[in-house]
Order: sequence, then structure tokens, then C-alpha cells
Amino acid sequence: MSLDYVKSTPGFEKFMPKDYRDLIDHGPFGKKVSVSQVGTFKEIMEEHPMCAGCAMTLFIRLSLISLPNPEDTIIVGTAGCGRLAISQAAIPFVYGNYGDTNAVASGLKRGLMTRFPDKHKDVVVMAGDGGLADIGFSMLMHSWFRKEKFTTVMLDNEVYGNTGGQESGMTNIGSVLKMAPLGKKFDKIDMPDLAKTAGCAYVAMVVPNNPKRVEQCIKKAVLIAREVGPTYIQAYTSCNIEYAIPTDKVMEDAKNVENDRYQFKEYISDEAKQYLGEKWGYKEYAKKAIQTTEVAK
Amino acid sequence: MYQKREHLYKRDEPYVLKPGPEGYVPPAAASMGIELPDPGEGLIYGRKTNEDAVMEEIAKQMLTGKNPTLFPGPLVLWNWNDHAKIKAHAVLEIANEIPGVMIIPMPDYRPKYPKIEPEEEINPNHPNLTIWHNKIEVCIFVGLHCHYANLTLKMIRAGTNCLTVAVCAEQGHEDAMLTIRDSDDNKLRRLAQVIRKVRESMGIPAPTRPPYGGGKREIVTPEEWAKIRSQGLSSLTAGTPPKGMPMREGQMPHL
Ligand SMILES: Cc1ncc(C[n+]2csc(CCOP(=O)(O)OP(=O)(O)O)c2C)c(N)n1
Ligand code: SF4
Repeated sequence: MSLDYVKSTPGFEKFMPKDYRDLIDHGPFGKKVSVSQVGTFKEIMEEHPMCAGCAMTLFIRLSLISLPNPEDTIIVGTAGCGRLAISQAAIPFVYGNYGDTNAVASGLKRGLMTRFPDKHKDVVVMAGDGGLADIGFSMLMHSWFRKEKFTTVMLDNEVYGNTGGQESGMTNIGSVLKMAPLGKKFDKIDMPDLAKTAGCAYVAMVVPNNPKRVEQCIKKAVLIAREVGPTYIQAYTSCNIEYAIPTDKVMEDAKNVENDRYQFKEYISDEAKQYLGEKWGYKEYAKKAIQTTEVAK
Repeated sequence: MYQKREHLYKRDEPYVLKPGPEGYVPPAAASMGIELPDPGEGLIYGRKTNEDAVMEEIAKQMLTGKNPTLFPGPLVLWNWNDHAKIKAHAVLEIANEIPGVMIIPMPDYRPKYPKIEPEEEINPNHPNLTIWHNKIEVCIFVGLHCHYANLTLKMIRAGTNCLTVAVCAEQGHEDAMLTIRDSDDNKLRRLAQVIRKVRESMGIPAPTRPPYGGGKREIVTPEEWAKIRSQGLSSLTAGTPPKGMPMREGQMPHL
């Protein structure tokens, strides 16, 4: 299929706002762009109304750059800070009611598979820790149990940022927040382990201060979700407002948290490794797939 | 600006859908008893009327109102398929008949913060900003999805004095002051012809300049516009004719 649908109709090119002409001429559609090329192409999200210095916006920006096919991707989001930025990116965005993201994404993905049987249309859920681990927990888990083929990205700021600082299931034990003055009484939910147990083919934990790694995780997760099964990325995206992190210390905090509870972890099922190796030319997995076969012999 | 026009809501009198400002959160026209037009009809200020008469009223308003503007939406701005291409051209034919018309696109529906450029675009979430900034008193929306037309038309009626026209490919839009339905490329061309006829009958000369952008910026050169006008569809659709697209009366052959 040609990429004509990300171009304007003949005669209207000149009438398009400059921003759109730049997107058509210099955007990432139909090209392979990388975070290392930032500044050389027009990004699909350039402005946002989130708090200055918010690490979540950096992560969202990196994720959007990393999508393998932005012209064929739909993001599903919900209430929470992230949607403020995601919804104004130049790719389709669906707002699922708070908690409903993974049910909405399930239906959407199935519909797209029926409507476009010869084409991959990627669906990516991007929602907060409250949206996914609390109110959306059941929908999230069941989408995994059903092996729905889309990616879920948790923007984990360990708090309800958008509503002023309530604790979530992902808040750390003992954390005192504006609206959790007695401190959290329970442990942070181990979502990556739950994801693995529930049957996700790919699970990763990342922080935004390593852009290349974010890119690799997003690419793998989206590709694997096309044909193998559900994938999950959990990203530490600090809330500098609710955790009172000075804006110039946001990256330092991310580094500290990475060294503590957010060490990089990645799980890839054997089937997913084989798929990445054979279908998408990931050399490291192509080899491993062969080795596994040899051992099995 | 936001004073409610209570007299519009008189009991036992049919609701008349007039230009605003009608006040913050105006009622949905449907809730005031206005129905969608049947095939062959349109709406004039909420009243079901023969489509030809609606087209004439659209022509009169666009030819006499202040700063007439076309707001093309995503369905005609993006090159989805051959039909979009042909419709886009027919929209330009409408523009070609209205002297001093502005073309301000609505390329998509995403919210835009911290700001939008009201001279460059109209955003469905803040259409009033574009209308206020460019002092638009009559406009045509074409190529928008229904749910965003819904939002935009109500916001314009709420906070501006702009007369809205919805040229709709589905069943028309009851929240626009003037609307026609089932608008395929054929009907768009017919509207262009009606505008030409009305213009000539009113003694208004044909446009001599290309349409402007918001703020009266020149966005295409007169030479480029002449090419769009004179070479017709064949200059725009490269190569073979679109499959399954019957030729319309008055349509240029695809060479
Ligand atoms: C059904 C429902 N319940 C409650 C809310 C109110 N609400 C909006 S955002 C939000 C918290 C968001 O927290 P999280 O999902 O962690 O995202 P963050 O803002 O921290 O990124 C809540 C409770 C809502 N919009 N819908
Ligand atoms: S409240 Fe927190 S998470 Fe939300 S935008 Fe501000 S810093 Fe980011």
C-alpha cells in the first residue's frame, strides 16, 4: 500500500499549515528514524502542555520516535497526565475511559486485523500506573490472558499525578504523598512478573535516560505484538511535581532509581526471539533460535 | 458576548437556528426539535427545505457575508483514495466561484496546546479563535467527520456571530444554519455552479485572485491558482483514471 494517505490531496498542499507541510515533507512516515537522528526530521510530537521538566514527556517523545510504523499506529490512552501530550501527537489517538484502555485496545486491534488482513496496524496502550495497575487492572490482565496482540506501556510515575498525588498500586511502600499522608502500607505491585506469568511474549523495565534502550524496547515490543502475543513495557517516568524533584535533578533521579528498583530487565519468550530473528533480522536472536533447535536435537 | 438569547427558546414556537452568539453551552439543535433533512432536502435555519433553495441561500450568504471562508476537513485534505482526490478538486471549484474567499484547513482533530495558529488553521476544539481572529461571518465546513462537526458547529454558535454551512457527505448537520446532505463530488460541483449562477445574477464579478489564508495571507500565487483552475482534474491526478470512478457531467477527462 502506498503512503499517499499521509500526503495532502492535489491542489491543497499549499493551503496546509506549515506544520503539516513539514510533517509531510520531513516527518517520520514511511521512513526508519531513530532517536540518534533527532533534529534531522520533524517529530510527531513537538509541543505539550505537561509540567516543565516532566520525565514522562521525555519518555513519550522517545517512544513516539521509536514506533516502527507511526503512520500505521493507533495509541490508546486514558485519563492521566500522559494523554495530554499523546493526544496532540500527529498520529491517531483513542481515549479509553479510565480503566478501559486494554478492553478498548483489544476490540480495536481485532477490528483492524479484520479490516486490514494484509497489513500490520499497530495498537499501543500508553497509560499511567493508576490507569493500568489499579482501575484498569482487570482489563489489563484479561487482555494478557486472552493473548491480545498489542503493546501496553505503563507510564509509571508511582503516583496519581494528574489528580494531585494519591497513592497507586505502583507507589513504593512507605511513600508519603500529598493525598496519602500516612504513607503507603503495601508493596509496589510486581507488574513485570505478573505480565510474564499472564503470558506476555515480551516484558521490559526501562527509564528514560537511555534513549537508545527505550527505542530498542519499544521497537521489539511493537514488532512482537504484531504476530506473537501481548507485550508490556514499564517505564519509570518520575512526577517531579508530586515527588518534589527539582527540574534540573529529574535525570539524576531517574539514574538513581535505575540503580535501585528500576534496573533494566527484559524478558523475551523463545517464540518471540525466533520471530524477531527470522522475520525482522535481529541477528542475536536468529543465532539463539538456531542454538535452541540444535540443543533440542 | 456570551449573553443567552432567551427569546430563541420561546415555548410553542419552533426553534430557529440563527447565527450566535447564543451563549455558553447552546442547546443541541436536535434537542430543540430540529430534524435531519430527508434526501433531496437541506436545512435553512433548522427548517427542512428543497435542496436547490438551500444551495441558493448558501450562495447568497457566501457572496455577501463578511470574510467568507471555506474550512476543508481531513476527509478532503488527505489523499486517502481517489474519491478524496476528486472531492478535493470539487471543493476548490467552489472556492473558485467566491471572490475574496479564505481557505483555512482543519487537517485533523487533535487538541493543540499551548497554542494554535488561527491564521493557519482551525481546530475543532477552539474554532472560535480562528473565527474571531479572522473576523469570519460566514463559512462552509466540508470533509469533517460528524462527531467533530457537531462539536465545532455548537462552539461557533455559542460564541461567535458566524453563519455556518455544513456541506455534508452523510445526512446533513442540524447544528449548522444551512446544510445539504449526500454531498459527493457531483453535488459539490453543482453547488459551485449554483454559486456561479447566483453570483452572476447579483452582478458580482468572478474572483480575480486566488483564495487567501487567514489574516488575508496569500497562500498560493495567482499563477498556481490559474493552473488549478484551468487544467482541471487531469493536471492533478497523475496517469490512469481512478478505478471505478464514473465520469461526471462537466468533469474533465483523466488523461
Ligand atoms: C472512571 C474515572 N475515575 C476517576 C477519574 C479521575 N482521574 C483522572 S486522572 C486520575 C489519576 C491518574 O493517575 P495515573 O493513571 O497514575 O496517571 P498519571 O496522571 O499519574 O500519569 C484519576 C483518578 C477518571 N477520569 N475516571
Ligand atoms: S503532575 Fe507529574 S506526571 Fe503529571 S505532568 Fe506534572 S510532573 Fe508530569
